[in-house]
Amino acid sequence: MNARIVHIAANTFREAVRDRVLYNLIAFALLLSGAAVFVGQISIDIEKLVVINLGLTAVSLFGVVIAIFIGIGLVSKEIEKRTLYTVLSRPVRRWEFIVGKFFGLAGTLVVNTFLMAIGVFAALLYVSRHFHQPDAWILVALYFIVLQFLIICSLALLFSSFSSPLLSAVFAFALFVIGSFAEDLRGFAGMAHGLSRWLATAAAYLVPNFSALNVISSVAHEQPVAAHLIFYNTAYALTYAAMVLCGAVLIFERRNLK
Amino acid sequence: MNSRRSVTLVATLLLVGCMLSSIVCLRRLDQLRTGATLQEVLYISSPQTLKRLSLGYEGLLADIYWTRAVQYFGRKHYADSDHYDLLAPLLEITTALDPHLVVAYQFGANFLAPRPPSGGGMPDKAIELMEFGIRNNPHDWNLYYQLGFIYYMEKKDYANAAKAFERGSQVPNAHPFLRILAAQMAQHAGELETARMLWVTTYQSTHDQQIRANAYNHLLCLKVDEDVTSLQNAVTQYGQKTGNLPPSISAMVAAGLLPGIPLDPDGHPYKLMPDGRILVESPENFPFIERGVPPGYKPPRPKFRPPPE
Repeated sequence: MNARIVHIAANTFREAVRDRVLYNLIAFALLLSGAAVFVGQISIDIEKLVVINLGLTAVSLFGVVIAIFIGIGLVSKEIEKRTLYTVLSRPVRRWEFIVGKFFGLAGTLVVNTFLMAIGVFAALLYVSRHFHQPDAWILVALYFIVLQFLIICSLALLFSSFSSPLLSAVFAFALFVIGSFAEDLRGFAGMAHGLSRWLATAAAYLVPNFSALNVISSVAHEQPVAAHLIFYNTAYALTYAAMVLCGAVLIFERRNLK
Repeated sequence: MNSRRSVTLVATLLLVGCMLSSIVCLRRLDQLRTGATLQEVLYISSPQTLKRLSLGYEGLLADIYWTRAVQYFGRKHYADSDHYDLLAPLLEITTALDPHLVVAYQFGANFLAPRPPSGGGMPDKAIELMEFGIRNNPHDWNLYYQLGFIYYMEKKDYANAAKAFERGSQVPNAHPFLRILAAQMAQHAGELETARMLWVTTYQSTHDQQIRANAYNHLLCLKVDEDVTSLQNAVTQYGQKTGNLPPSISAMVAAGLLPGIPLDPDGHPYKLMPDGRILVESPENFPFIERGVPPGYKPPRPKFRPPPE
């Protein structure tokens, strides 16, 4: 990878790690995993199920919140602090800045997910005393959650490249919610006719689809995840994130920073 | 070409390429996860909890749940399923979120009550749903009519059907047929005639094309049932008169037992079997017939022909 992108990514990561909000969120996620253990104790025969469901949901939701709230400030904060001008006055291209920021935020989230995953597995070990082979599917669920974060990071960055932090947060969160119901949107498209069918289908394919990336419930029931699903989910998340990132680059390239 | 232009060009090409690839991936994912839109699970089954979670936007949530119920029924129906396990809870949630969503009661009861594959085969749940609808919309005569309809068609419970039609007839602006239907139920009179009146009322009182088509097809099937009944009576009478089974339908006409050779609504004559049974030429064209089918015949998924304009 381009050395300048690596430097920007490393700086973004460092900045995010220094952010106290980030630490608070991790602490909160770990606390929630602890709460899962408590809920597991007061439920009947579904302790493990509760720990996996609650733990993975916490990892996903906290990661989404982190991705949105850090992602939306990545460009606008640099403009506000005027540090962007210093960066761009060096031999750094605008697209390199955007791509570097993306990798920095994605790296931060991968580390976060890793730490939270340790919490989930520790809680799981606490309630079931030892791991079973089907528990390995939890790793796939975590991998899908990371793929989900990549899409959200790119969306937050896209909105951050042209909008204010507040509006960017609203847009990104709205797309997250819409993306969670994307399959319903395709269901609506299937029921519509004529032009509205085409428009609904186009909208359904344009918004991100998070439904296929959510296998929390099935892995909690120890159901395996098909290899094809892993492959196509990976391909989908990477191409979608790349598409949105290209959009961010195109906008940022044309943005007047004076 | 300057640097900015080349970046724009590459980014645009990449954007289009990635967009197409993501659509291809999504289509493959759809194929892998067929029916994933509404899986066989309701994460929150309590209508009260959902009402609280809706933060006051229960109207919109009810619309979403109603759409999900329709999708669920449609998918199951298309797959000729015998189990509609989530249908009743989905309708319960929908109507609890918006008790005035009358369409959910009307269609919902029609989804729940009929035997599979036409419906969920849960007439008791359909009755519960209609009673809940009536409690919340006491001035809608259609709901009483639907309730009586379910009691009559699915439960053969004439007393309760009569009560439902009677209650409905007391609602202002109720269809005048309700009073007649209540009287007919009370007498248990002419089953086919009553059924015809019910379907005619449905046909006349709705603007929905699907309901009209359903009623029209039921009326066609009732005509077939009636023809088969009268032909079967003629066969019996012929046997009593001659001591033999009739060799053909024209023989019964010649014996003066029938005014002419009856034809089904498609214009085909009925078949007289060697054992004296009357069969319909193409029973698959009349999915709701109860007479004139070979033993063990399983009706196909109904395909409605459109009613005449």
